[in-house]
Amino acid sequence: MLKTRIIPCLDCKDGRVVKGVRFEGLRDAGSPSELAAAYEKQGADEIVVLDISATTEGRNAALATVRAVRRELSIPLTVGGGVGSAEHAGVLLDAGADKVSVNSAAVKDPAIVTAIADRYGRQCAVIAIDAARKDASWEVVTHSGKNRTGIDVIAWAREAVQRGAGEVLLTSFDRDGTRSGYDLDLLKAVSEAVPVPIIASGGAAHAAHLLEALRAGATDVLAASIFHDGDLTVGDVKKYLASQGARVRL
Amino acid sequence: MSRTIVIVRTGTANLASVRAAFERQGHTVELTEEPARVAEADRVVLPGVGAFGASMAELVKKNLAEPLVERARGNRSLLAICVGMQLLCRGSTESPGARGLEVVNAEVSRFDAPGLRVPQLGWNDVTAPPEARFVRSGVAYFANSYRARQVADGWVASTADHGGTFVAAMERGNVLACQFHPELSGAWGAQLLARWIEGSG
Repeated sequence: MLKTRIIPCLDCKDGRVVKGVRFEGLRDAGSPSELAAAYEKQGADEIVVLDISATTEGRNAALATVRAVRRELSIPLTVGGGVGSAEHAGVLLDAGADKVSVNSAAVKDPAIVTAIADRYGRQCAVIAIDAARKDASWEVVTHSGKNRTGIDVIAWAREAVQRGAGEVLLTSFDRDGTRSGYDLDLLKAVSEAVPVPIIASGGAAHAAHLLEALRAGATDVLAASIFHDGDLTVGDVKKYLASQGARVRL
Repeated sequence: MSRTIVIVRTGTANLASVRAAFERQGHTVELTEEPARVAEADRVVLPGVGAFGASMAELVKKNLAEPLVERARGNRSLLAICVGMQLLCRGSTESPGARGLEVVNAEVSRFDAPGLRVPQLGWNDVTAPPEARFVRSGVAYFANSYRARQVADGWVASTADHGGTFVAAMERGNVLACQFHPELSGAWGAQLLARWIEGSG
C-alpha cells in the first residue's frame, strides 16, 4: 500500500535556505545540498526546494542549487518558486528536478499547467496553491501573499487538476510559519474536491500536527521549520506517525 | 568497478536524476540517440517520463525501436524505467491505437479502483518472488497513473498494490524493467541499480 510522504521544504534565497513567518522576516537556515542530504539520511521521502529569490542573480543561484541538491539526493526532488512557463519548467527538470510546482504564474495563465502536463506528464506538474481564509471559504493569494486574487481555492484546485496538475501542494497562508498547526478545514475541503494527492503545508510545529493533517484528508505532509530548528528529525516524526497507525516508510 | 552506462535520450525524461544515480556509484554515463550505439553498448537504460504514444513515436522516429526490441528479445542488458517499462508492452489505454515495442505480452491501463488517488505519487511496498535475480522486496518510489496488471512469457514479476495488485517490476535474462524509479528509491534503489550493473554485463 502507498505510504504517506514526509517532505521537508527548503525555502531558498540566493543559494541559501531561509525561513520566515508569513513569508517575511527571513533568517538563514543553512546550505541546501547539505540540508537535503541530511534529511534524506533521516528518512525524508521527498525534498521540495522553493526558490524565493527576487532577482536574476538569485534565480541563477537557484539553478546551481537544484544541480547541487540533485547530485546528493537519491529521493524525489520537487522544485518551485517563480516558475513562469513550460520552458522554465524544462530548465529546472534538466537541472535535476523530478517535478515542478507552479503557483502565481498559473493563476495568471492557467494554460501553463496544461503545457507542463502535456510535455512532461501529469506526475511532473504540481499546482502550488496559497490559500487565505475569507469568510466561510478561502481565496487564492499570490506573490507571497501580497496579491489577494479573490479566486476561490476549491474552484481553482478543480480547474488546475482538470488542466493536468498531478498533485496539489496546499499552503495555508494564515498558518505558514506560525507553528499553530495546519488549516484542517482547508485540507478537508480540497481533498474532497480533487482526486489527486494533497500535500499539506503551513503551520506545523509538532508531530501531532502532521497526524491531524493526514486525518483531515491530506495524503502527504510538508514542513520546514520543525525540521530546520532541529526540534525533531524526520525519523522522529515518522516513528510517531507509525505509532499512531499512519503508513510511513521506516 | 567503473562501467559505462548508455542512456537513451528520450526527450522528456528526468535524465538528470537517472544520470546522477549512476554517477554517485562511480560509473560513466553516456547519453545517446544513435541506434548503432543502443544496439552494441554493454549496458543500456531506457528512461521514460511522459505519455506512452508520444514516447513510442519518438523511439520510432529516431530508429531506436528496433535495437531496443532486439536487446530485450535477446535478454541482453537493458534497464527500462517507468514509461520505459510500459513501452516494452503491447499497448496502453493512455494512447489507444499506439503500439508498444511488443516484447512483453501485456496491456497497460489506468489505475481504476473507486476513490483511488491518481497519479500514484509516493513510496509503495514491492514484493519480489524468490526467483527474481535483481529485485528484492522493499519500498520503492512510484510516479505513475498507468500500470500492467500481469506479465507472461518467462518474465518474473515483482508486485505492489495500489487499488489492486500491479506489476512493480519484471525481469528476464539481463533485462530489468521497473514501473518504479530506482534512481529515486534511496539506498534500496541504489542497491538494485548496482545488482543490475554487476549482474547483467
